[in-house]
Amino acid sequence: MANYSTNEFKGGLKVMLDGDPCSIVENELVKPGKGQAFNRVKLRNLMTGRVGEKTFKSGDSLEGADVMDLEMEYLYTDGDMWHFMKTDGSFEQYAVEKKALGDTAKWLKEQVPYIITLWNDKAISVTPPNFIELEVVETDPGLKGDTAQGGSKPATLSSGAVVRVPLFINQGEVLKIDTRSGEYVSRA
Amino acid sequence: MAIDWQPSASIETLRERARLMAKVRAFFDQRDVLEVETPVLGQGGSTDVHLVSLHALARTDRGQRRLWLQTSPEFHMKRLLAAGSGPIFQLAKSFRDGEVGARHNIEFTMLEWYRPQFTLDKLIDETATLVMSLLPSFPGPVVHYRYRELFHTHLEVDPFTTSLEKLRLVAAERAQMSAQSLAGEDRETCLDLLMSVVIEPQLGQHELSVVVDYPASQAALAQRHQDVDGEWVASRFELYLKGVELANGYQELTDASEQRVRFTDDNAERRRLGLPEVDVDERLLAALEHGMPTGAGVALGIDRLIQLALGKARLEDVLAFSTPRC
Repeated sequence: MANYSTNEFKGGLKVMLDGDPCSIVENELVKPGKGQAFNRVKLRNLMTGRVGEKTFKSGDSLEGADVMDLEMEYLYTDGDMWHFMKTDGSFEQYAVEKKALGDTAKWLKEQVPYIITLWNDKAISVTPPNFIELEVVETDPGLKGDTAQGGSKPATLSSGAVVRVPLFINQGEVLKIDTRSGEYVSRA
Repeated sequence: MAIDWQPSASIETLRERARLMAKVRAFFDQRDVLEVETPVLGQGGSTDVHLVSLHALARTDRGQRRLWLQTSPEFHMKRLLAAGSGPIFQLAKSFRDGEVGARHNIEFTMLEWYRPQFTLDKLIDETATLVMSLLPSFPGPVVHYRYRELFHTHLEVDPFTTSLEKLRLVAAERAQMSAQSLAGEDRETCLDLLMSVVIEPQLGQHELSVVVDYPASQAALAQRHQDVDGEWVASRFELYLKGVELANGYQELTDASEQRVRFTDDNAERRRLGLPEVDVDERLLAALEHGMPTGAGVALGIDRLIQLALGKARLEDVLAFSTPRC
């Protein structure tokens, strides 16, 4: 991979830092009127998802990371691995480890497209769509007529996630959920 | 893709900017400081190792010449002082290549003024008064710090006596820099790093912070003197507001031979680092040789001050067209 110098660090650029692929979030020049220039760089570690800050001398460089985001549909799990298929018509499949799946495990639904991040052609993370429709498989019976704002109750969804829903929701209903906050949006 | 022809500042902000610029001119008019305009181009440039100068090729009466775009109006203004101008100020377009960010723009406006006979303390007072007069509300008192004291308070190291190894360790840890990339770096780099990344963001938060007694190695075009501890320090101050470096002032060096040595040292350092040398400003040296009155001068980043006064997030928010849109 090519090397990138601090003045090429832009949001979204993928670079290697301490052996892990990272995505640059922010890059700010720190330069006193008299004295040397540095760059304060915010990076997201793509293996752990954690965001950290690092300082570089202006002009220092980092090796680029061979990272790609691809859209793939979820197919099935064999218990060990989770299998996805590219949506570009190639039918090419990728197996994802539990560690790479992370929190997305609770938002899995067949035939829904996910963004799979590949590093050196190996899946390192799975991002669900912002909104997903899932069926309620277990919740207390709905309270008739209670469509006003107010109380909420837990509901278990077909993917295994537990979310807070309004009291009027019944088992078997399909709900729209925001996967970023894990919150109920509406009936689907 | 749409072409970003629109200004980077709103028209309303440009009105506010014009109002503040008028206040600056009135401030100096009241004090009998003469407004001057000097060339942006010069046959000599700034040798400062950490500044990257732009240049232009011009066809002059002596054929094609490389002319430097000023990094500040200092040299031309000092020639006016030597010619007997008395106190002068200028709102001058200045250029520093590669400086792009929330607080930087390659082309920017420098407010620079010179006060013959002023001591550094007197100029600090005047700078603080000007800054206060442009802010919409009282920023807090003016508080003075010595460079050394800041390192003691914030980092528990001494910029003059702590060993280089220890400075590298502290710099790596406190500024989140890898120990490897600091391994070959000198004392100056460690001090610059700690000052810019760790100390500066904490300055000027509920006050106007003034920093004095910089190490002598950071004197640039300032005189040097021995401080109360007997260390050689620069007769220089910096002013900070909200973690932003606003102004840099000197008790001006008037000794031509000392000035020549500093320019020559800069170019030697440039050769060592593989950086291009910059033509030394012989006319400035000749002016110093003739004699420049002793006094103090200061350069203030007026775009930054306007940015803070108007509560804007980025410098480009107060510039008609930032460099990416020029």
